[in-house]
Amino acid sequence: MSLRAPLARALHHGTARAGVSHWLIQRVTATALAPLAIWLLIALLSLPSSDYASVTRWIGTGLHPVLLALVVLIGAWHAWLGVQVVIEDYVHGFVTKTAALLVSLFVHVLVAASGLYALLHIALATPA
Amino acid sequence: MAERPLSPFITVYRWSYTMTLSILHRITGVALAVALLGLVAWLLSASRGADAYAALTPLLLSAPGKLLIVLAMTALIYHCCNGLRHLAWDMGWGFERADARRSAALVVIVTLIAAALCLYAMFRPGTGGA
Repeated sequence: MSLRAPLARALHHGTARAGVSHWLIQRVTATALAPLAIWLLIALLSLPSSDYASVTRWIGTGLHPVLLALVVLIGAWHAWLGVQVVIEDYVHGFVTKTAALLVSLFVHVLVAASGLYALLHIALATPA
Repeated sequence: MAERPLSPFITVYRWSYTMTLSILHRITGVALAVALLGLVAWLLSASRGADAYAALTPLLLSAPGKLLIVLAMTALIYHCCNGLRHLAWDMGWGFERADARRSAALVVIVTLIAAALCLYAMFRPGTGGA
């Protein structure tokens, strides 16, 4: 039995069941980011030096490029979902809201792609 | 469309400090989206070679630069701790008012201690920090 009004069904309005996946992905990425955030904080604070040679060696060595890639990718994904909700709540008007949502999506994809590119660049230049 | 009332209509609620934590979660979340931009800019500069990296380093190691890094770290610690609180609620734990207030206090205390440690680690004499 469906509780949806016949008119809503005809207009294809009503739940698309997409809200749950947004909510769920936000929680799943949050769960993944919690340990990554703790690792990143401790790792950054315990960098022995901030000079070019030691920083690139640290970024490129062992699991560091993989963990940093996860921080960038999952971080950008989680941030995109979060910023989307903030825009939907505070930015009004169809055109402005849609434009803000699109800009946010493009910037987050750009951040993820740039971060991944930089990490690959550094990791491939560092002897494993 | 624009004339309809908004929900939640926050001006009708009596303010409680747990609401401050709630709005701080959003503010730190947006700030961390910007911080991620900074992290990627740092990685990009490191990938462009020693000269590009050297151009960014004095900015990062200046007092305002370090303070900004400490603020970003504080936002991360807060958002992470309060996020765990949200995840616990999603599991149905800690919804009682007393529990919510206790976990709120715990989040604030942990954040303040960790922020103080970050501040010390970034500004301690000798090493250059991050």
